Parts: sequence; C-alpha cells; structure tokens
Amino acid sequence: MTEKNEIDAVENETGAKRNSDTSNIIQYLSFVLGKEEYGVDILRVQEIRSWEPVSRVPNVPFYEKGVVNLRGAIVPIIDLRERFSLSKPEYTPLTVVVVLQTGSGSHTRIMGVVVDSVSDVISIERTDIQSAPDFGTKVSNEFINGLVSVNERMVMLLDVDKLLLLEVLEQNDY
Amino acid sequence: MSIDMSQFHQVFFEECFEGLEAMESGLLSLDIGDIDPEAINTIFRAAHSIKGGSGTFGFTVVAEYTHIMETLLDEMRDGRRQVTKQAVDVLLGSVDCLREMLTSIQNEEEVNAQSVAQHQAALETELNGSSSTPSAPAVSAAPPVAASVEEEEEEPEIEEEQGWKISFCPYLNLLRTGNDPVRLFRELSALGQLTANVNIQDIPNFNELDPEECNISWELVLVGDIAESAVREIFSWVEEDCELELSPLAKPKKKKKPKAAAPALIASPVVAETKDVASAAVVAPPPTTVVKKVPTEAEAAKNAPKASSSIRVDTDKIDTLINMVGEVVITQSMLGLIGENFTMDKVGQLKRGLAQLERHTRDLQQSVMNIRMLPISFVFSRFPRLVHDISTKLNKKITLKLVGENTEVDKAVVELINDPLVHLIRNSLDHGIEMPAERIAAGKPETGTIELKAYHRGGHIVIEIIDDGRGMDKSKLLAKAIEKGLVEESAIMTDKQILELIFMPGFSTAEQLSDISGRGVGMDVVRRNIQSLGGNIDIISELGKGSTIAIHLPLTLAILDGQSVAVGDETYIVPLVSIIESINITEKMLNKVAGKGETFKLRNEYLPIIRMREIFNVKSGAATKPNEGVIVVVEGQGALCGFLVDELLGQQQVVIKSLEANYRRVEGVSGATILGDGSVALILDVPGLVRLSVC
Repeated sequence: MTEKNEIDAVENETGAKRNSDTSNIIQYLSFVLGKEEYGVDILRVQEIRSWEPVSRVPNVPFYEKGVVNLRGAIVPIIDLRERFSLSKPEYTPLTVVVVLQTGSGSHTRIMGVVVDSVSDVISIERTDIQSAPDFGTKVSNEFINGLVSVNERMVMLLDVDKLLLLEVLEQNDY
Repeated sequence: MSIDMSQFHQVFFEECFEGLEAMESGLLSLDIGDIDPEAINTIFRAAHSIKGGSGTFGFTVVAEYTHIMETLLDEMRDGRRQVTKQAVDVLLGSVDCLREMLTSIQNEEEVNAQSVAQHQAALETELNGSSSTPSAPAVSAAPPVAASVEEEEEEPEIEEEQGWKISFCPYLNLLRTGNDPVRLFRELSALGQLTANVNIQDIPNFNELDPEECNISWELVLVGDIAESAVREIFSWVEEDCELELSPLAKPKKKKKPKAAAPALIASPVVAETKDVASAAVVAPPPTTVVKKVPTEAEAAKNAPKASSSIRVDTDKIDTLINMVGEVVITQSMLGLIGENFTMDKVGQLKRGLAQLERHTRDLQQSVMNIRMLPISFVFSRFPRLVHDISTKLNKKITLKLVGENTEVDKAVVELINDPLVHLIRNSLDHGIEMPAERIAAGKPETGTIELKAYHRGGHIVIEIIDDGRGMDKSKLLAKAIEKGLVEESAIMTDKQILELIFMPGFSTAEQLSDISGRGVGMDVVRRNIQSLGGNIDIISELGKGSTIAIHLPLTLAILDGQSVAVGDETYIVPLVSIIESINITEKMLNKVAGKGETFKLRNEYLPIIRMREIFNVKSGAATKPNEGVIVVVEGQGALCGFLVDELLGQQQVVIKSLEANYRRVEGVSGATILGDGSVALILDVPGLVRLSVC
C-alpha cells in the first residue's frame, strides 16, 4: 500500500513538472559576456566545455574563431563577446564554450559559442519576460527574445535559432 | 503455413528492373535487317523471367502482359516473324509500360489500366496484324481490350474446407518434355482429396489436332491441410512449361481467369466461352488476348517495403572483405598477446605488429570502399534509349557510342551524376547534332555521333560527352551575353571564358524553346550539381566540328590521400591527386608580373605563385620568403599553379568531414578532417583556390 502511494506521489510530481513545463516556466542557462548577462533556452544547450585551441578557418568574419573536433563532428566556434563587441577576448583554460543545438531547417546544427563564464540556471515565468527595447546597432533586436530581471540583474534572453541562423544567412552575402 | 512472399518483393522488383534494362538495351542494339539471334534470345529471356517472377508473386497483370510480349518475341526468335522497326518501337513502348506497372505495384498504387490497355492493344495489333502466319479468325474474335480491363464485381467465396485451388494450364509442349499430368495428379491426390475439372475448350478441330500437343487445362481442388510449398514442389518439374496458379480455398478470394496459353502459332478458330470454376464469371478469351485484372490477392496487398537504398555487390568483393577482417582479427590478437606481459625487449615485435595492423587497416578500408564502387554503366545504360527516343522525335540520325562503361565510381557519384548527364546529352541531341540535310550540306556523314566516354585519370573519373555536331558559335554566345547584360560590352574574354558563359543562369541561345531544352535553366544547375560533388566541368567546342564536355569527378567522396603542409602555425591538407610535384625555388626563378603578382619558371613554363599565407590571411608563425618555403605545384581546372607553403609535413589518408554539416561552405576549402592528435585540419579545394587567385 505504502509502495503504491509512493509511486503515485512520484507520478504526481513528474506530472506536475510536465504541466509546469508546458505552461509557464522556462529554464534558461545564463552566462556572462563582459559585464552583461545573457540567457539561452536550456533545452538548446548540448554541453559546456572549456576552451581549447581551434583550427582557424580562413577568410571568415573575425568572431568566427574556427572549428574544433567534437567527437568526430566538425563544429564551428563563435566568440559571442566579439560578435557583440563586448569585451576583449581572452582565452584561458577558464574560458567556457557553450555548445548549442539549433534546428534550423530540416537538420540540426551544432555550434559552440565562447562566453566569459556560465553563471546560473534560472527559471522564468513566461509572463515575466519583457520585450526587448531597441538597442540600435550594437545588438540587433533580431536575436533577443526578451529581457528578464533576476535578483535585480537584467538578463537578455537570446533566440538560439536566430542567432545561429544568422551565421548562415551571412554566408549568402559573403 | 505459407511463405511470406512479400519479403522477396524488393529483390523481385530489382530483378525486374534489371531485366527491363536488359530488354531495353537489347532492343536498341537490334540491327533491323541483320538480326543476331542471341540478342533476341537475351530479350526473350529477360521477358520470360519477369513473367515467371510476377506469376510467382501474384502480379498477374504483369505476368499476363509480359506473356504477350513473349509471344511476339518467340516468333521473332524462331524466325517466323520479321523484326521491323515498328515492332521494336512497340516493344520499347511496352518495356516502358511494364516499368510503369511495376513501379506502381511497388508503390502499392493502382496500375494505370488505361495506358496498359493502350500498349497492349498496340502489342496485339503488332502480333496479329503482321504475323507471317495469319490468324484472321482470332483477330476478328478479339473483343475491345479496353472493355476487358474493367474491374468486375466479384463475390468473395468462402469455403469451410482447408486446401488449395490450383489452376494448371500446361503449355502445348508439356507432353513433349516427357511430363505426364496424370502423374502429377496422382502425386497430388496423395496429399489430400483431389477433385479435377478439365477445360477442353481449347482443343482444336479434329483435322487440326496434333496429338503431341497438350491442349487441355485443369482446375484442381485439393482439400486438406497442405503447405503451399508441398503443392508447388510437385509442379516444380513442369514450372517452366505451364501457367500455375495456387490459391487457398479457405480465404475469400477473387476469381481467377484462365487464359489461353496457346501462342498465336496455332491460332485456334474455336473460341468457346470459358467457364470459370471459382466464380462462374464468364469471359471469352480468344487466343493471345489476355484479360487484365489488378491483383487484389491478400499476398499482393501485403505491405511491400518501400524502395530502400540497396546495393548489389560482387561476391568476390565480399570475400576479400571477409579475408581482410580475418587478418585484422589475427593481428589484433597478436598485439593483445604482446601487451599481456609486455617487456621492453618486445618493442621490435610490437612495432612489427603495429605496422601490420596499419597495412591491414588500409587494405580493409580499401575493400570497404570497393564495395561502394559501381561501374558507370549503371548510368550509361539508360542513354541509348534516351538518344533513340529523342532522335526519333527530332528526326535526326544519331548513334551513341559508349566507351569505358566498366569504369568504377562511388555509388553516391553514380546516383548524383545521372541528372546532369541527361541534361548534357539532351543538349547535345537538341542543339549539337544538326538535321541530316544540314549535315550533308556541311560535308559530314548523315548520321551524327555522340560519344559518351568514362575513364580514370589520377584520382578522378572523367566523363566526356563528345558530339560531332555544329559546335558552339562563340561570337553568337558573346553577343547574346551582352544582349542579356551578363557581360560588359567592352569585356575582353578568352575563348574558354566565352564558352563558360553557358553556365550562367538564364543563358540560352536556342532561338526556339522546345520541350527538350532551351529554357536557359539547366547548365548552371548542372555545373552546381557537379561542383557539389567536388568535381568540375570543362567545355571545348569548335564551330562546325562539334563540342566536348568533360566532367571531372572524384572517385570517392569519403577518403582521400592527402599531403599535409604547414602554413604558419596552421596545417592544411592538399589532396595528393592534384599535386604534380613539390620544389624548392631560388630567388632567380622568381619573376614579378605587374599587377598579377609573382610567377616562377618551372622548366619552360611560367606558373603563378599563390602565397597560402596571404590568401588565407595567416598571421601566426614567422613569415617565410618564397625561397625559404616550398612550392607545391598543383593542377586545378587544367591550369598549373604553385602554392607557397612553409613546410611539407607528411602524407596520410584522411577521412573527409563536411564543413557544411554544422557550418558553411568556405571559399578555397573543400572540407575538413581530423588529424591524429584530434585537431581539425582543413582540406584545400585546389581548383577553387586556383580560380580564387586568378579572378
């Protein structure tokens, strides 16, 4: 009897979780670029790695650092700090690469983004997300999903698909 | 327990399509007037096995249709019928029709009854109309075919007993082969309770009766719990000499229609009504007329696997592969033994073992790659038909010559090269070869020639399409390009550049659009497709004499031999096949050409130098002067060129990884690979780099 109750309890819990997932709470991984804090949908994060030297790819924008071997797949590394012109890029063993997945089009791509440090996993109510104001030129509004305030800090939520899709779009202009 | 036939469907379809191809190429190679009996035999055999197979699998539509073709071919084979161009065309049409039928059956779609009826009517007209042995009564008795195609309402019949209904229609020659139906029946009755009904409506008038011919057929009902295979086994000796249909009694089933198996040879004037035992439906089958019905049997309706990508491999290749795997296993266990209690004095042994392992791994890799290799004839074999059809349509006389059909290429290449080739050949047919009158006026033989040629050169396969047609008019090309605003009027272009204009999107010089070509989409797509395969395409054309289009393609898309080179701190891979030689140069071999950069003199040629450091903006590492580095002389797109690199590192086989999978295409780079230390090195796209530096 007690056993059954336990199972029920577990089921209720997972059920509740699922409900909350589908309703209002989204989890984000937040990271720091310079002095600013950004967040990406945690379901898009495949893994977090430490910085390792990349193989440079010639004649691409400066913020595309190159490619690395991720268990047999060739994965490009993009320095978000340079992409957003935020901080002078320094590469130490503590520099972090967040490997993100994106489902642009029919197939998924994997891409690594360099950030200064990963800070937290934050749970956000959908209703707490404010739309982003116009930033002007530095960060185009396009890949900012919205803003959210966490413990008095402002976190900018990035749209991974758009962020990574942009790289592909540029290729056509390039 | 009946065998689940659907598992063999895939193989059956593959074999059928192969058979159709064999028939097609056989038909096309038939020389009207001078018939090679062996060629007809080949066609006949292909038709026969399709008929046999489709009968076995219950695709009666196909079996019955093929039967008519077979009859026609049989008469040709025996010399009772002249092989005419018209007959060949009709047969070609029916090959198409069969292919259509098989494709729809494979995709579980309804067979297009109308087109089948059309082709069948054509076949029958051919069969009856110009037969050397007239069979007038049969012709007049033939009902309109279209009518007989209609699906008839049938009542499912359910019986309590288990058992089989067997429809057994022996061919005329059954008795001559020494088989006696009575003996078969005796065997059958040993299995269960046998009831036999005999159909005698095919027996001719007494004065025409040949006692050695078997003119009767049977409907047998065999009651009892008997395996299908057991029944089939009894008939296995006469399989080739009869029409055999088995259907279980217990299942509700649609009626089968007996068919007159009598070939037109003894056209029977007796056209009686046949009583079908199973459903009492009445049909009147005159000889050589077959009633069509979409197969609705449970078997045929079973889900056939959708066409999946498969490959037929020579057993020799598999044997080699298994041998190689055996070698690898042996070496591995040897190494394991050494490692178990390793002491320093075993280092020599270890090294030898590792060397062996390396060799075996390479061999293994080679044999695996070999499995993917297919002869290019897979692609080429479709073209004789294409040429035949289009030249007939255009009223041109054209022969197609195939050279080097056995050249092997990677399966992926075979699959992707087909469409571009079709396009190019259509172009040659439509624009290249002139009308016969025009050719004669130009002093050329009336019949034009298109040569399709494949051969290996270096690590590439070269496919050439050579025609002796009118060639391309360069001044016309240039004028058109200027008119369309694709080129500046003042532009000075080499002949080669002008010819390459045809690859520009939206470029067509055809005065008139036809359904064959001329819309100006196409050549750019062709080039893009070929480039996406890592190949390139060249044109040579001489006005009035003809054009040659050469396609260079890599043999395989997965692995290449590479030379790693150092540029600054970076490592790049140069495909070994494109390297001619590597040399050190001295200051006095260098020459500056104003505006165009540096050249160096290699023997008697001046070759441009591409500084890798500059073209790739390498900043790391100490810069080297040309005379300190190494010049790697490469060939790309027919032009020689020297790459200046800092150092040659070593040769190795590299596995090509796509950059585009997660990233994008990068100019001058064809892919990436992972080096022994786990880092990524980029593979240079030599033709692309040459182009990059020249532009």
